[in-house]
Amino acid sequence: MAQATALGLPLEELAEDAPSPSLDVLRRARRHRGATVGGVLLAALVVFALVGPLLTPYPPLKPSPADSMEGPSLAHLLGTDEIGRDVLSRVMAGAGISLQVGLVASAVSVTFGTALGLLAGYRGGWTEAVVMRTVDVMLALPGMLFAIAIVAALGPSLVNVMVAVGVAGVPRFTRLIRGCVLSAKQNVYVDAARALGCGGTRIVVRHILPNVVAPALVLATLNVGAAILTAASLSFLGLGAQPPTPEWGLMLVKGRDYLRTAWWLSTFPGLAIMTTVLAVNTLGDGLRDVLDPRLRF
Amino acid sequence: MLGIYTLVFVLLHVLPGDPALVMLSEGSASAERLASLRHEFGFDRPLPEQYVDSLGALLRGDLGRSIRYNRPVASLIAEFFPYTLELALAGLGFAVLLGTLLGTVAALNHNRRLDNLSMVVALFGVSVPSFWLALMLIFLFSLTLGWLPVTEGSEWQKLMMPAFTLGLYSTAVISRLTRSSMLEVLHQEYVTTARAKGLRERVVVGKHALRNALIPVVTIVGVELGSLLSGAVVIETVFARPGLGRLIIDSIRLKDFAPLQSTILLVACGYVLSNLAVDVLYGYLDPRIRQAAR
Repeated sequence: MAQATALGLPLEELAEDAPSPSLDVLRRARRHRGATVGGVLLAALVVFALVGPLLTPYPPLKPSPADSMEGPSLAHLLGTDEIGRDVLSRVMAGAGISLQVGLVASAVSVTFGTALGLLAGYRGGWTEAVVMRTVDVMLALPGMLFAIAIVAALGPSLVNVMVAVGVAGVPRFTRLIRGCVLSAKQNVYVDAARALGCGGTRIVVRHILPNVVAPALVLATLNVGAAILTAASLSFLGLGAQPPTPEWGLMLVKGRDYLRTAWWLSTFPGLAIMTTVLAVNTLGDGLRDVLDPRLRF
Repeated sequence: MLGIYTLVFVLLHVLPGDPALVMLSEGSASAERLASLRHEFGFDRPLPEQYVDSLGALLRGDLGRSIRYNRPVASLIAEFFPYTLELALAGLGFAVLLGTLLGTVAALNHNRRLDNLSMVVALFGVSVPSFWLALMLIFLFSLTLGWLPVTEGSEWQKLMMPAFTLGLYSTAVISRLTRSSMLEVLHQEYVTTARAKGLRERVVVGKHALRNALIPVVTIVGVELGSLLSGAVVIETVFARPGLGRLIIDSIRLKDFAPLQSTILLVACGYVLSNLAVDVLYGYLDPRIRQAAR
């Protein structure tokens, strides 16, 4: 016989009507204007990054000296650079690189930050003291400077930039997750799980982790935008991608030398970076409003 | 600070490349000369020994010697730091003024056009790459219109574009925080009371709401000053300004350990001290914190 609830409805019916948490989040995100605009723009950029390299009108790496420094025209919509490469083709090829840098760097921050935050928050004691003091030291170095120091140690390359930006982002995640864990582990269901004989790992993974996913997701999304900007800055300083990679920050450096005569070399890669970061930040702001309004300011 | 020093030392001493080779311009160095130079600068000693020695020297106020400039690092920092501090403070001043103004206007026009416009400006501020904005400003105001020179002209003219570019991100952060803080304060009972007393809106906003709303903003100002000091690395490079940023980049390129380590440490100290100053100031600004501390 079906169990009845206080409302007089069978329990199974209520369970069927209740949306799953992820569907509920999607529904709320769809109603949020910022999240929708950011999500659509970001989805378009992802498609652009995936399909773009296949549709480039010219090979992005192949020089064509006869066409060098041509302004925007029908043949070259965004002009050509100092050795005749098509700027539109290079911007299209660079979309994947920038998104990849942002996502990989953010993934490094989320993975290590979450693991350390869970460990510090759940274990407490000297483990927490060691992790949190290390995090405090890392936070005392501004993110950009920390990333510069790591790249200086590892050497300039795109992979090292991803590692550097990712590692520089770890302390923020560790601090956030540890705070969430401290709050989550006070819940009665954690005591209940412990009373039922669950081990520490199971409690952390099955009962505490789901509670920290929302704030971690919000921070991760916002972090992707910051990671793209930091990585482009490092490339601009000559510490990131190396020529002839069509990375947007690197394209801007080249454009700087020809700012007076060829404005298009700097303008379009910069617009591409801004649009991408704008899309990610708009989505991140929207997700924050939907998932965790406490983080809003 | 010992932790920061250790972190920076560990990071920089796994640097690939031989600074002695760089110093002797690669390729032209004989093995004997290289060995002698490594010995002279202590690069041939074990890392723990180098760490203890350099920490001891730091405590005595000796920051080491730059290979590239062949000068004591302390004198280099004394020469370059004022430029970076000037730029960071100008950026911060700009960010505080414009950020508070934008945030207040947004809160007073909540959910109206001005609010949306202010927040779009803030979103633009956190999304635009500073080095690209700098190039666009140079192109527009220096090369096309000729209004603001990059290398010539008075000091304040040369400072305007770098300060604006550097401060834009902080402007966005401060305006968002001011807006949310003002919105919270405007719903407090004492603001309703002030309005009920018949005070003019300007007095209610300026004297009662804004003063209290700005308390959390002070916290973020400390954090932002540290970020501006490190953000100056990029801006100084774009505008070809002297400063710690260019010293850092040159030191990385030339594997010049001593100035790199000291400069990063100095910026980190500035970051920590500005946060500490804010914590102290916070107690003065908010009597509730003073009471709680007693």
